[in-house]
Amino acid sequence: MSLLSLENVTLSFGGLIAVNNVSFHVGEGEVFSLVGPNGAGKSTVFNLISRFYDPQKGNIKVNGESILRLRPDQVPSLGIARTFQNIELFEQSTVLQNLLIGRQRHRKSNLLSEMFFAPSVRQEERRHRHVVEEVIDFLELQAYRDKYIAGLPYGIRKVVELARALATEPKLLLLDEPASGLSLEETNDMIYWIEDIKKQMNITVLMVEHDMNLVASVSDRVLALADGKELAIGTPSEVQSHPDVIKAYLGTGGEINV
Amino acid sequence: MRFVFKRSYDDDIKLFKHRPQAFYYLALLILMLALPLLLDDFFLGEVTYVLIFAIAGMGLMLLTGHTGQVSLGHAAFLALGAYLNAIMLSKGIPFVITLPLAGILTGIIGMIIALPVLRLHGIYLAIATLAISVLADDIIVMAEPFTGGVTGLVAPPIDIFGLDIDRYGTPILFYFLVLFVTLFVLMIYRNIMRSPLGRAFVAMRDSEISAQALGVNITKTKATAFAISCAITGLAGALLGHFAGAFNNETFNIVLSIQLLLMIVIGGLGSIHGAFFGAMVVGFLPQFIAISRDFATDNFGFNSLSMPGIETGVFALILVLFILFEPMGIYGRWVKIRTYFELFPFYRKNMFKRQKSYLKTERMK
Repeated sequence: MSLLSLENVTLSFGGLIAVNNVSFHVGEGEVFSLVGPNGAGKSTVFNLISRFYDPQKGNIKVNGESILRLRPDQVPSLGIARTFQNIELFEQSTVLQNLLIGRQRHRKSNLLSEMFFAPSVRQEERRHRHVVEEVIDFLELQAYRDKYIAGLPYGIRKVVELARALATEPKLLLLDEPASGLSLEETNDMIYWIEDIKKQMNITVLMVEHDMNLVASVSDRVLALADGKELAIGTPSEVQSHPDVIKAYLGTGGEINV
Repeated sequence: MRFVFKRSYDDDIKLFKHRPQAFYYLALLILMLALPLLLDDFFLGEVTYVLIFAIAGMGLMLLTGHTGQVSLGHAAFLALGAYLNAIMLSKGIPFVITLPLAGILTGIIGMIIALPVLRLHGIYLAIATLAISVLADDIIVMAEPFTGGVTGLVAPPIDIFGLDIDRYGTPILFYFLVLFVTLFVLMIYRNIMRSPLGRAFVAMRDSEISAQALGVNITKTKATAFAISCAITGLAGALLGHFAGAFNNETFNIVLSIQLLLMIVIGGLGSIHGAFFGAMVVGFLPQFIAISRDFATDNFGFNSLSMPGIETGVFALILVLFILFEPMGIYGRWVKIRTYFELFPFYRKNMFKRQKSYLKTERMK
């Protein structure tokens, strides 16, 4: 059974159809990429899955059950974590505090026990910290643990955002342009991490990315979108060589004679 | 420079970062406990007043400084606390019950009021809470059978297990009562800030969208923040009622709301220290002006006694200067000075960039 499935999902903002009758399934353990030119509706698909937008038509299912009745803050409890295209970290907190907020969906303590910091709260804090430390080890963020986000370079912030998503212990990870703005070296690190996330942690990854090198090296399947419509779906090489995809990226050609 | 070696996760959970820090705060506590020996009744009263304002400041700091929700209506919750406490006391309920109950009830009522209001953001939230403050004034006048209308109420005497506590009769006992409540609120505040709920507050302030995507229920968490904030403010209000002796709708007018907000801005938004520093400015400023006025009259011979509004003027001037030159408030300045010496000689001028702590607009909706 597929972990995530979109069925004929349509969303329009006024006259602009951002997502037009899009369907796809992401199987467990897969790395699935969405590609397409700017304005193709890739990030909108993410915001639909995060429940920030309501689709006008169609259905979104996780483990076979519709999520359309959930609030955005209930989505993480299904084991879905995401990153944002324009980094949305908590700037005035340290890296450690940011990652600990990722543990919010596992919060068991209540207001009263937290007011008096009962022993159960302390126990829970230690457990949260343990998970967070494992993520810090995995992404090699040890040196930045107590640094404030506001003072960190862009590349590190990108990694911290990935770390925060991993701290939620997700089953499905949504990565919105994980390599945008990263150097070649940092992009290569990202490739290794995504492979490890898939193989070691058994996390399914759904990713939006422009860097075709990264997409081709980590993805099992790729969906190409343009103007909210599906162009092609298949392995990275199939999609890259698909005539419609080439047309969408490079234009029709042949019509302009110089 | 100090290096703190951390050996367990508990080192990041505990209240004090290192031993010297714990020592400083212990010394401060001893000083506060010994204060009645050092000060006369008048100045002890002033310190009591500052502590009451610090409690109210902590209430508002939790909401505005840490959760990012501006409130210009907190005088209304001070009033609610004062009236609830006085009314319950006059019904013969003992003070040890009325004080916490006044806080809890204020918190519950605050949360009920907050639920519709908290859907608003930034400046609209400020206007809505301002309306609460205006309304409270009218409601106090209209609910005369309970509140005594414009005549007001006289706070009944406090009796804790046979111990008479009165602001004028036994100022030292009243001081210790206020100090105890301050420490209690401080403990709860610190505990909340180091637990998941406190992190959710800060997360919501910095990025609502991202907090939501990580599983923070925005409406519920905001309402919780409002409830805790109002409960703390209610406690401060109950104590303020006893401090003032008699109070009416004028005691808790809109100026007090604005004064509370300005207080935490001057003190430093987003830090518990800020509430105390701000309270010191607000509490001691009138005395400071009076003393310097006497000094000026004695030494330079001009009579400045007939200068109405000088307090408001000086207060406004301080505020303008802070917003221009030190938006992070007194605590922000202190942190900069401390960092300068800790890192000497490696301090850089742009180590503390200006950052918005509240009124952040939403980018996605």
